[in-house]
Amino acid sequence: MITLADYLILGGILFAIAVAGIFLNRKNVILLLMCIELMLLAVNMNFVAFSHFLQDMAGQVFVFFILTVAAAEAAIGLAILVVLFRNRRTIDVEDMDLLKG
Amino acid sequence: MENLYLTIVLAPLVGSIVAGFFGARIGRAGAHWVCILGVGLSAALSLSVVAGFLWGDLEPFNEAVYTWAVSDGVRFEIGFLVDRLTASMMAVVTFVSLMVHIYTIGYMADDDHNWPHESLAGRHSYQRFFSYISLFTFSMLMLVMSNNFLQLFFGWEAVGLVSYLLIGFWSTRESAIFANMKAFIVNRVGDFGFILGIAAIAAYFGSLDYAEVFAAAPGLADVEVALFGGVSLLTLIGVLLFIGAMGKSAQMPLHVWLPDSMEGPTPISALIHAATMVTAGIFMVARMSPLYELSETALSFILIVGATTAFLMGLIGLVQNDIKRVVAYSTLSQLGYMVAALGASAYAAGIFHLMTHAFFKALLFLAAGSVIIALHHNQDIRTMGGIRRYMPITWLTALIGSLALIGFPGFSGFFSKDAIIEAVGASHVFGATYAWVLLTVGVFVTALYSFRMYFLVFHGQPRMDEHARAHLHESPWVVTVPLILLAIPSIFIGWYAVEPMLFGDWLAGAIHVAHEHDTLAHMAEHYHGQWAFILHGMTMPPFFLAMGGLAVAAWVYWWLQRRNPDIDAELQRRAGPLAAILENKYGFDDFNQRVFAGGSRGIGQVLWQTGDRRLIDDGLVNGSARTVGQLAARVRHIQTGFLYHYAIAMIVGLIVLLTVFVTL
Amino acid sequence: MGFEKFLFYCFAAITVVAAGMVVTRRNPVHAVLYLVLAFVSSAVLWLLIEAEFLGIVLVLVYVGAVMVLFLFVVMMLDVDLAALRAGFVRFLPIGGLVAAAMAVQIFLVVGPANFGLEAFPKPPAAPAEYSNTEALGLALYTEHLYPFEIAAVILLVAIVAAIRLTLRRRPDTKYIDPSAQVQVKKGPDRVRLVKMPAEGKVETP
Repeated sequence: MITLADYLILGGILFAIAVAGIFLNRKNVILLLMCIELMLLAVNMNFVAFSHFLQDMAGQVFVFFILTVAAAEAAIGLAILVVLFRNRRTIDVEDMDLLKG
Repeated sequence: MENLYLTIVLAPLVGSIVAGFFGARIGRAGAHWVCILGVGLSAALSLSVVAGFLWGDLEPFNEAVYTWAVSDGVRFEIGFLVDRLTASMMAVVTFVSLMVHIYTIGYMADDDHNWPHESLAGRHSYQRFFSYISLFTFSMLMLVMSNNFLQLFFGWEAVGLVSYLLIGFWSTRESAIFANMKAFIVNRVGDFGFILGIAAIAAYFGSLDYAEVFAAAPGLADVEVALFGGVSLLTLIGVLLFIGAMGKSAQMPLHVWLPDSMEGPTPISALIHAATMVTAGIFMVARMSPLYELSETALSFILIVGATTAFLMGLIGLVQNDIKRVVAYSTLSQLGYMVAALGASAYAAGIFHLMTHAFFKALLFLAAGSVIIALHHNQDIRTMGGIRRYMPITWLTALIGSLALIGFPGFSGFFSKDAIIEAVGASHVFGATYAWVLLTVGVFVTALYSFRMYFLVFHGQPRMDEHARAHLHESPWVVTVPLILLAIPSIFIGWYAVEPMLFGDWLAGAIHVAHEHDTLAHMAEHYHGQWAFILHGMTMPPFFLAMGGLAVAAWVYWWLQRRNPDIDAELQRRAGPLAAILENKYGFDDFNQRVFAGGSRGIGQVLWQTGDRRLIDDGLVNGSARTVGQLAARVRHIQTGFLYHYAIAMIVGLIVLLTVFVTL
Repeated sequence: MGFEKFLFYCFAAITVVAAGMVVTRRNPVHAVLYLVLAFVSSAVLWLLIEAEFLGIVLVLVYVGAVMVLFLFVVMMLDVDLAALRAGFVRFLPIGGLVAAAMAVQIFLVVGPANFGLEAFPKPPAAPAEYSNTEALGLALYTEHLYPFEIAAVILLVAIVAAIRLTLRRRPDTKYIDPSAQVQVKKGPDRVRLVKMPAEGKVETP
């Protein structure tokens, strides 16, 4: 029998991998964005699992909205990335320190 | 009756509003007519009220006409208490006020000369002046006709306000501004005590209505208040209320404002600072007689303060050279007499002297004003002399006023002053003997300074310059008619009023005197008509002292001065340190100036420099900004601007939170 | 261990491995493709617990649109990959440590002790005529109508923003202004007569 804990642990592992990815690929914005997508996937996994085991449709509605927002975020994030690259010829995060205090 | 009393109060207010707000439109004549009509109506109705009490069957009136608010059972009302005491005051106030209104037409006729050219403050000053004195009449009537402490306080403050406005009427003069500020501040000191007294009444009696408070007072006679180691409640209330009276009626040590108030125009010196407003304190204490009768300590305090003021202020009058200041110190001294009468429980004598004094002191002031007009606002008696020949009416009325003031037998002042001295002599309150001695010697001083001024001004060789003497002539009828009208009661009011006021039942319902304090009843046993009173008075020390003072004044300032015109200055020189003390007015002004004014400024300086500028401005305001700035200068280095630093910070935070969640 | 459980472990393993590849691949194109794999296997996991609609949406929308967008951008940009990889090895231990710590902690929270079958028993299987899409649609269009409309507006804003950000006019591009074209009037706008002096006589050879 599949248990709720299985899904939650899978979500946790995915999340942890995404966190590790942020540490490892700290200079590449595209990979940072992909790590965020992975995190969202982990979260969605939890929502779907809870929705099923609690028999509540609200969890899936939530996932639906998260997908929507994630899509919008990806679209805008990539657009920014394109503009950034167009202006600076690089996407290295180390070169982006204009907000330095 | 309610409408009648409302009319009496509101007629001057209407005049004041019309003259004050529409003065520019209705012009000078319009302004003085509307004010005189308002006050005249008020005076006529007041006299009719007195007549109603005298010959009619008018009953005392005590009702509220308007309830302003009710809070926690305490009613705040506007109401009138019109009994014989109030009626006397109303008649005196409105009559003197009417005289002063008429007189003002002459006195202020060329007020434009008193202002700098094209001065904005000087525009329509004539109308403004009329508006103020009518407003004063309204305020004073509210004060005397009140039937509760709230309205009393309203009137009390309103007359103080008008007094302030009028002392500083010539607002472009430095000295006038100083004087009105001084008057205002000194009166605040008194009013502080006054309002504390009212608050004590409200707290302990739960009512502000006179009748209710008086009815409840005997029941609270034994209540003690835990102040200064326990004092009787009624003593506390009595002393606090009397501190208010000390401010308003200029008793030592709160008298300092009154001489300076002579910076104002002479009509208001006569009306406010001699005849009516300054007597508000006397009236108030007399009105509160049911409270004061229950506290011998308060009475004793009043008696001592009054007698001291009467004597010491009279002495200062001897060395003054400003004609108005001589009369001002005389006023202080006479107020001291009235207060002493109150202290001896001879409230009726105090009110009687208040009334006679109102007439003859207003007369003296207006006569002085008449002289001042004639000399083009020169007030120094050293440069006067011989004016008798040029201004016969002023001379004669001033003589009448002076005789009334010194208590010449038959004149009004004789009856009232004699009664006061006898009452104090018969009193057994603590300090009565001390007071009696001072008051009796004070009679000599009174006669001396009054006739010093009289002889210096009206007799001897003219000492003014040629130009002034060439223009010397009698004042116009608007000035002399009030003088004559005031001279009549100055002579006769004492003769007619002595019996009903002192020994009759005229004030019986309004003033309550405990049997053991009743000095006037003691005197009444020996009263056998006016002639007998006069003859009896002529055998007593005050009479001899008054005549002695008159004789000394005549000898020095009439006889000796013929040969030596500088006799006055020479005498003062010979008196040396004594004269210097009097010149300095016992140092009260210097003391106040240095300790209170200087001290306040010093505290203000310290608070400003260290408290405000260093602590608040530099420390709190700029200091907090500076601290935040310095802190931010360090902390801003944490903001590297690198995206992954923020991400890592978030993740680390998340892990810490998770750890906390898991381990707890 | 039933068949479902077996499927779960298979696809969970695929998902985890794919995710691990996403964060470790040198080539971003490979990383995107592994991400696609992670999403697809997640979709299968969702199908296992009766979230059919979302599973399909994940494949269609995420894999079909968003991931393609990623791929497109990654391929379009000429990125110096070597520079971007700098520090990868240096941060591998700490990254791994943080990830391991987090995974352990999450396990402690959501492990079988708290969320096992005792606490959350397996719900009965849905009947054959049950439609997950219909149920989700009912919830979306009734109870969650406002958020749904707001989500639509968010998407619209995202479209506008993305276009506005990337749109640019090159100065050398030639284009026609349609509104000016429409406003052309008869007469001077269309035909302009130019007056010129006549040529002189041409020498004929």
